[in-house]
Amino acid sequence: MNRSDFREGLRGGVIVALSSAPFGALFGAVAVDNGLSFLETLLMSATVYAGASQLVGIELFGQRVEPWLVVLSVFAVNFRHILYSAAMAKYIGHYSLAQKALAFFMLIDPAFAEGVRRGESGQGVSFSWYIGFGVVVYLSWSIATMLGAFFGRMIGDPASIGIDILLPVYFLGMVLAFRRRPGFGPIVLASALGSVAAYHFVGSPWHVSLGAAAGIIVATLLPLPAPVAESASPEGGEA
Amino acid sequence: MEGTLDTGTVLLILSAAVATYLTRVGGYVLITRMKAIPPRMEAALNAVPAAVLTTLVAPAFFSGGWDVKIAMVAALLVALRRPGLLMLGVGWAAVMICRQFLGL
Repeated sequence: MNRSDFREGLRGGVIVALSSAPFGALFGAVAVDNGLSFLETLLMSATVYAGASQLVGIELFGQRVEPWLVVLSVFAVNFRHILYSAAMAKYIGHYSLAQKALAFFMLIDPAFAEGVRRGESGQGVSFSWYIGFGVVVYLSWSIATMLGAFFGRMIGDPASIGIDILLPVYFLGMVLAFRRRPGFGPIVLASALGSVAAYHFVGSPWHVSLGAAAGIIVATLLPLPAPVAESASPEGGEA
Repeated sequence: MEGTLDTGTVLLILSAAVATYLTRVGGYVLITRMKAIPPRMEAALNAVPAAVLTTLVAPAFFSGGWDVKIAMVAALLVALRRPGLLMLGVGWAAVMICRQFLGL
């Protein structure tokens, strides 16, 4: 266990914990509102641990949609993680099997983005860092869920206290952290156009997969960067 | 809101959890089965962060009102120099100012 890596992980995790906690609370409130008990709500946050898909799942559950369709929808919303675990492979190959199993359980959007950024900058994605980062976010997510489930209707409209802006802004910062990569402009443009179009014509949550596909297809069509110039490390402090 | 567990609901939640876990392991299992990764595929994988994260940002920007748009542009300008917590604070302050004082 590397203590300074662990501390860095904790520090990075706190930022994510702060920006995601409102959504954990939101999920808790919505879940109870849709008929889950307190324990079931906590169970979902603690085992699924993927915010957007939890909200989609609970929405369908509340509408009495067939269970298999609920599971399929959760799978669809989370499909992007397949890409994450593939892209993370080269950075966590040195983990033991148990460490990998745990790391994949905690592979949320920010863990992926921060992990890749660390890996590319040469800091390395040590298990100490990963677990420090992961534990903070996991605990805050579970606690926020419980608070939301418990105080449910007292939260009211998240927009009234401005917490709805936090996650989009956080993800915006993550996107910018990769702006020095080859093909960044065209990829982001394609993903933005693809996701906005899909959002309007197909609907949420499909805009994530469809928009990402647009960006990734553009990336495969771009001319390949020269193999030597591979030192494009992403910019960014401790976002 | 009681502290009960309904068997059907618990099974549904655990199925969703397993489905989610499969997506988090799946890519790794597939990629490590391959002997060599073709350069185009490598390019595709390298594009994943920007491509996926953008889809979490762009619709929020375009479907949001002026309050959201102004806040995100303000956060973007800050993030270009100083990413991190400050960017979150500026975004939050901007959206609150728009809503409380400008009526956006």
